[in-house]
Amino acid sequence: MASPLTAGLGLKPQHYDEALRCTAPGLWWEVHPENYLADGGPRLAWLEAIRSRHPVALHGVSLSLAADAPPDEAHLARLAALARRIEPAIISEHLAWSTWRGQYLPDLLPFPRTHAALHRIAGNIDRTQDVLQRPIAIENPTHYLHIDGHDWAETDFLAELVRRTGCTLLLDVNNVYISANNLGFSAQAYLEAFPLHAVAEIHLAGHHADPVHGNALLIDSHDAPIAPAVWALYEQVMARTGPAPTLIERDDQLPTFNELLAERERAHRALTHTQPREVACS
Amino acid sequence: MQLSTFQDGFSAALLGHAADAPWLSALEAQPGFAVYRNTVLKGCIDALQANYPTVCQLVGEDWFRAAAAAFARAQPPRDGLLVDYGAGFDNFLAGFAPAAELPYLSAVASLDRCWTACHLAADATAVDRHWLAQQAPGTVPHASLQPHPAARWAWCEDFPAYALWHHHREGLALPEALDWHGDGALLTRPHADVIWRPLSRAGVAFLDACAQGLPLETAATRALVAEPATDFATLMTSLLDAGALTITNPHTTHTG
Repeated sequence: MASPLTAGLGLKPQHYDEALRCTAPGLWWEVHPENYLADGGPRLAWLEAIRSRHPVALHGVSLSLAADAPPDEAHLARLAALARRIEPAIISEHLAWSTWRGQYLPDLLPFPRTHAALHRIAGNIDRTQDVLQRPIAIENPTHYLHIDGHDWAETDFLAELVRRTGCTLLLDVNNVYISANNLGFSAQAYLEAFPLHAVAEIHLAGHHADPVHGNALLIDSHDAPIAPAVWALYEQVMARTGPAPTLIERDDQLPTFNELLAERERAHRALTHTQPREVACS
Repeated sequence: MQLSTFQDGFSAALLGHAADAPWLSALEAQPGFAVYRNTVLKGCIDALQANYPTVCQLVGEDWFRAAAAAFARAQPPRDGLLVDYGAGFDNFLAGFAPAAELPYLSAVASLDRCWTACHLAADATAVDRHWLAQQAPGTVPHASLQPHPAARWAWCEDFPAYALWHHHREGLALPEALDWHGDGALLTRPHADVIWRPLSRAGVAFLDACAQGLPLETAATRALVAEPATDFATLMTSLLDAGALTITNPHTTHTG
């Protein structure tokens, strides 16, 4: 079935009005649900207004699926309520942990991919999907550390999660590029091993070199245009998967709305094989 | 290694108080560990700066971020709802030694917190002047209204915290001769945006009484005791216009 979504953008509050008005074909918006888990008020009203005109995806950052603990039931219930209200096109989370023993560590943290971790995470995904009553997409994380004790390659780990839980995958091509750089593996080989059949969404973003360690340590900063090498990997993935909803993340050093839209247009063209067109939306 | 053992050690190391363990030292020795440590702390500090903009304006960004880092280490977030992070920052500032020369800072922080709470609170239909006009004669004193879920109010006894807060919020110059006495504030959300206005002692007493579920007659008495010179009709009109009140029992409402 053809997806109505082509290329989307992360929704920033600074761009609400332009986002609402924009009529670019195939455009969709992604938000972190954590920013909208309010009891009421203008945030939800903004999101509902956007949703009335565009598809919206919920991209969670704090469900902490890779914690050695079940997901927080209160958080799941609020997420489910938001999902009922917004009817998102996609709900996604990360192969990472962030909440541990009642404390939230605002990052997407790594872990050894052991057999026991696989069992725990599959259970956590099952529980999440039971509450949400739909599959979620799991994103490959960015890596900065060599960790001992992995039983599984990440691509096999993700494939096994798909097999056990029926989840889908969110392939973040920028994360693959950064992780390959930081840990010294081949991004090409990783993508060749990636279970592309399960990909429901692709992420693209910019990164920068660590101020101290330079290019040896790339940071997933979402504060720059997408790097040419990441575009190249993306186009290779597209050639194998065919069109998949593609989201460009930009969280810092925000450019103008039209600059973001121009970057988004490149992904849209790759997905639709259309010719360049005027992208300004006003 | 068990996943929980890894997470106990890793989270402690992120917060700078890890036990000695070779596997943790091996992780901390890698340049990439600092990326996580910095991101975690920056996430907390950024959230506090977003949620306490007036405090940040008053003290400057460098001072604020240092204070926020100390708070984040003492009271880290409990969940991923960082838009709501930082309850208790006002009390923290009250006991924060470097803030001793700014005794009003805690009260200003309370008003920033009121803004966040008001912004995120549940929706409800406020009663307005028409409601009051439509009540049968003699019923109003025994009726009770409750504060709107988004209404937040505060009284600062010792400092003009509201005057300081709203002048900074609105980018206004402070009056040359700011009356250095206590004041009160009411924050409401009658439509989408949070709005604010000064609130008298009588208004504070009245809303406190409504929050306790007391009938309007008793709440009005409390207001007049708090401030005998109060023009109650004017106070009531101001509260209704602000959208500060809602019906306690929805079955008797006029929600027009």
